Amino acid sequence: MGLTGALALVVSLAIAGAGSAGTAEPSTPAAVKPPPVAGAAAIKAKYGGQSITFVGDGAVGNSHVRDQNLVAQFSKQTGIKIKLVPHPADSSAAYSQLARNFSAHSSSIDVMMMDVVWPGAFAPYLVNLKPALGQQAKLHAAGIVLNDTVKGKLVAMPWFGDFGILYYRTDLLKKYGYSKPPTSWAQLGAMAKKIQDGEKASNPSFVGYVYQGNAYEGLTCDSLEWLASSGGGQFIDNGKVTINNPKAAAILNLQRSWVGNIVPSAVTTYQEEDARNAFDSGNAAFMRNWPYAYSASQTTPVKGKFAVTVLPHTGKSPSVGTVGGWQLGVSKYSKHVGAATEFVRWMTSPAVERYDAIFNANVPTIPAVATIPAVVKANPYLIPSIAKVTRVTRPARYLGPHYAQGSQDIYQGINQILNGKSAQSVLPTIASELNKLVKP
Amino acid sequence: MSASEATAPRRRVRRKRSSGLQRKQTRLAWLMLTPALLVVAFVAFYPLGQTIYQSFTDQQFLAFEPTKWVGLANYRRLIHDDAFRHSITVTVKFTLITVSFEFVLGLIIALVVNSSFKGRGVMRAVMLVPWAIPTVVSAQMWKWMYDPIFGPIDDAGVRLHILSHPVAWIAQSNTALWAVSAVDIWKTTPFVALLLLAGLQVIPHDLYEAAGVDGASKMHQFWRITLPLLRPAILVALIFRTLDALRVFDIFYVFFGSRSDTQTMSIVAQNTIVTEGNVGYGAAISVAIFLIIGIFVVIYTTFLRVQEQ
Amino acid sequence: MSVVAERKAKVQPRPVSWRRAARRNPVWRVVKRVGFYLLVAAIFVYALFPFYWVIRSAFTPEADLFVTPVRYIPVHPTFENFRLVLSSGDFQKALLNSTIVAGSVTLVALALGSFASYALGRIRFRGRSLMLYLMLSMTIFPQIAILGALYTMINRFHFYNSLRALVLSYMILVIPLTVWVLTSFMRALPRDLEEAAYIDGASPFQTFYRVVLPLVAPALVTTGMLAFIAAWNEFLFALSFTETPDKHTVPVAITSFTSGVGGTFQYPWGEVMAATLIVTVPLIALTLILQRRIVAGLTAGAVKG
Repeated sequence: MGLTGALALVVSLAIAGAGSAGTAEPSTPAAVKPPPVAGAAAIKAKYGGQSITFVGDGAVGNSHVRDQNLVAQFSKQTGIKIKLVPHPADSSAAYSQLARNFSAHSSSIDVMMMDVVWPGAFAPYLVNLKPALGQQAKLHAAGIVLNDTVKGKLVAMPWFGDFGILYYRTDLLKKYGYSKPPTSWAQLGAMAKKIQDGEKASNPSFVGYVYQGNAYEGLTCDSLEWLASSGGGQFIDNGKVTINNPKAAAILNLQRSWVGNIVPSAVTTYQEEDARNAFDSGNAAFMRNWPYAYSASQTTPVKGKFAVTVLPHTGKSPSVGTVGGWQLGVSKYSKHVGAATEFVRWMTSPAVERYDAIFNANVPTIPAVATIPAVVKANPYLIPSIAKVTRVTRPARYLGPHYAQGSQDIYQGINQILNGKSAQSVLPTIASELNKLVKP
Repeated sequence: MSASEATAPRRRVRRKRSSGLQRKQTRLAWLMLTPALLVVAFVAFYPLGQTIYQSFTDQQFLAFEPTKWVGLANYRRLIHDDAFRHSITVTVKFTLITVSFEFVLGLIIALVVNSSFKGRGVMRAVMLVPWAIPTVVSAQMWKWMYDPIFGPIDDAGVRLHILSHPVAWIAQSNTALWAVSAVDIWKTTPFVALLLLAGLQVIPHDLYEAAGVDGASKMHQFWRITLPLLRPAILVALIFRTLDALRVFDIFYVFFGSRSDTQTMSIVAQNTIVTEGNVGYGAAISVAIFLIIGIFVVIYTTFLRVQEQ
Repeated sequence: MSVVAERKAKVQPRPVSWRRAARRNPVWRVVKRVGFYLLVAAIFVYALFPFYWVIRSAFTPEADLFVTPVRYIPVHPTFENFRLVLSSGDFQKALLNSTIVAGSVTLVALALGSFASYALGRIRFRGRSLMLYLMLSMTIFPQIAILGALYTMINRFHFYNSLRALVLSYMILVIPLTVWVLTSFMRALPRDLEEAAYIDGASPFQTFYRVVLPLVAPALVTTGMLAFIAAWNEFLFALSFTETPDKHTVPVAITSFTSGVGGTFQYPWGEVMAATLIVTVPLIALTLILQRRIVAGLTAGAVKG
């Protein structure tokens, strides 16, 4: 395993390297093809003829085509038959599907695609991939690998990852005399206020800043960015609940003060698309959203008038982006762990990440891949500062199967803060609720 | 009461006369009843039984430890559960608002379509539209319509000078419940209207003619003839609308997510079972919901007196 | 006013109460009429504006949907959304699946329901009320509570990812409603209906089929429509018990529209609205046709028991 793994790694790096030279390899979504499987002959000899089931992306759209292409390529080259099962469109239905499968100790699913917050819950049911893929894991962004490591076991490999970024209107910044986007939250507030005051005269619906404030998982992501970029911790650090601290209260109160002023009061009902619609229709100066909004906004009135950068920070804390995205894991109850692991190895290799990024605009979790020119061309938001931003993850590994509940405590509380309660009155409650859930 | 109800003496005679016939009738009744009963029981028995059983255990969704029997512990916890108690208030308020408006509106629409009003053909078509639009679409669409930035409601309101500035109907807690009720009323009034219309259509026309000859006014006819004869249809409409309103989930979830001040009983149940993974406690909540709905059904049938005898 | 009222006025030369005077006052009548039409207009707008919004959005290109100021009429109307929806065979399959499931559920519910309601509504026997309430109680639990157990059952019968799973699970939702509605209509029929039939020598089944059933025709059509639409719009079970797109029903298919590349969050409103139109218009047409037939049947058939 070790030798094959190392060999595969070297070959994939070579391929990735060749890709960055750029000339021979096709690099448009239409032309790009799934890369060859490194060490295919060896894999075929060992596992050829086995059948595994892969629960992949949703049944409709380009993501499904991507899965089909990848599965076909792997099957052809290694002789391992893969049954591709799309996961349900609804996130909690997908979670339930896997949960039921694991509870029943079923061997019907070998490889599965998992949301970034699920490995913590499913850890007891997943194979430890560290022996086989630990080396390859080093290529991926450290924050995500940390998220996928539960009690020392690497239970999942990062596959593709979203993270939060700041969108801003370049034309409006210029109009009001700003040469650079804001770097601190306070600056964002000031700029948003000035632009909003100016624009409101001609456009009464104009607002300064929009983000995801509804009482749902997205708010946990947004608020994690606020806290982590302001020295407020990451809700739970090193197993200890840290959410109730003065810096967290300060940034939350700042956000609260903006709601109704430079942030619309309806933001407490906004999810990703609502914020994007507000920004895309030209009614917002700043928006926090995932990278998908970049290409989605190209067909809207703000095309050519916006750019992206990392989210602001406070003081000496770094700018961060909360990780979204998906991981691949192997079920402990699988009858073909070896074949499944090889599949995961290939899928999370730099070559395939490059393919995913170009074909389906999936955000690569390998920082090196994020700098390949062809990848950047397909994903223009991957400017260097963004590609290297510190990625923070939600505390799924500390909450395990209680993550959903803990997240709910967090986003319900923060939604209350945005709706007017002071942070100091809400944070202690959230902290005590989380303390009940964190395993020692 | 039906116009041709049997009187007491006739009843006694009938019973004495034909106990054999009675038995044959009873057998026939059970024969005709059994297929439906069997199907529903077959599908419902296991799930309901399991839910009730689970409410006495501490079963988790992703179970690591074996499930234990905890007796009434879940129910005891339920009594002190503030979130659930608050959700009962929210849900009952919602139910009272929507069912009353739907009933009045549904009755008006049914009366209009049943009458010789000129626009009634169009009304008949219009009546069904909200009901026919898939729920998953209509909730999202109304959320969009309520948006202060690009929703037509605030836009039209401001342009027509009904509103001074766009209102965040969903975000503000004082308008939230009314906003969501307006959507439910819009969506399910057709259900009530359809039922009441069917009820109106079986009332014999000659009853009205006779009353008209006797000099009764339209209003008089309505209160004395229509409403009483409509009582069975009203009862069914009320029971089923109340049932659905007390179990409301979709609209609230789409509008508010898991916002703490607008949780309905079903949202609490769903959160408990899915988000918290606490299946046992969630089952207890479901049983509580069942009992609360049962109370409403008892109230209705008592006051609207289902024809028994 | 009507002939009757005129006759009334001639026959009863009593002092006229203020109410009656008011009623005959032409101004008041105009006010009432205007008020009535205003009310009807308000109901029209309330019921129809959202539907107009669906139509407007279905014909608006995706990029123009969220533009401010709000456009009530599409500036560049397009068929693109419809083309996108219909080009994927998945949606068409979903339409077929929904029709099959809703149709089967309705037929079974009407058949079983009419039998059961005849028993519960026309025959007096012990345990009648108990059965009615028992059936009601089986439908009261929140769907989420019974989802897990239903899922287990469906797996055990190997119905998972098949339309049979949906038809089976919808029985819980639809049969109690059908039975209750039909029972209440059966009860409202005249008492002596069966007596007359028996005297004529009809067997119980003939009585049921030839005499009683036609009289509750409006209720049957109504219940059928309610059952059909309830089954058509159901979402949670349809989502949970199917896996592959070829078994999706319409609500599930609509919510799994994704647009463009890598779009996990993107919600293609234009397509969703187009799909909604495609789904709603036939439903409304169908019910219009059905409704017309009930009214025709009634006035012709005579409820003169």
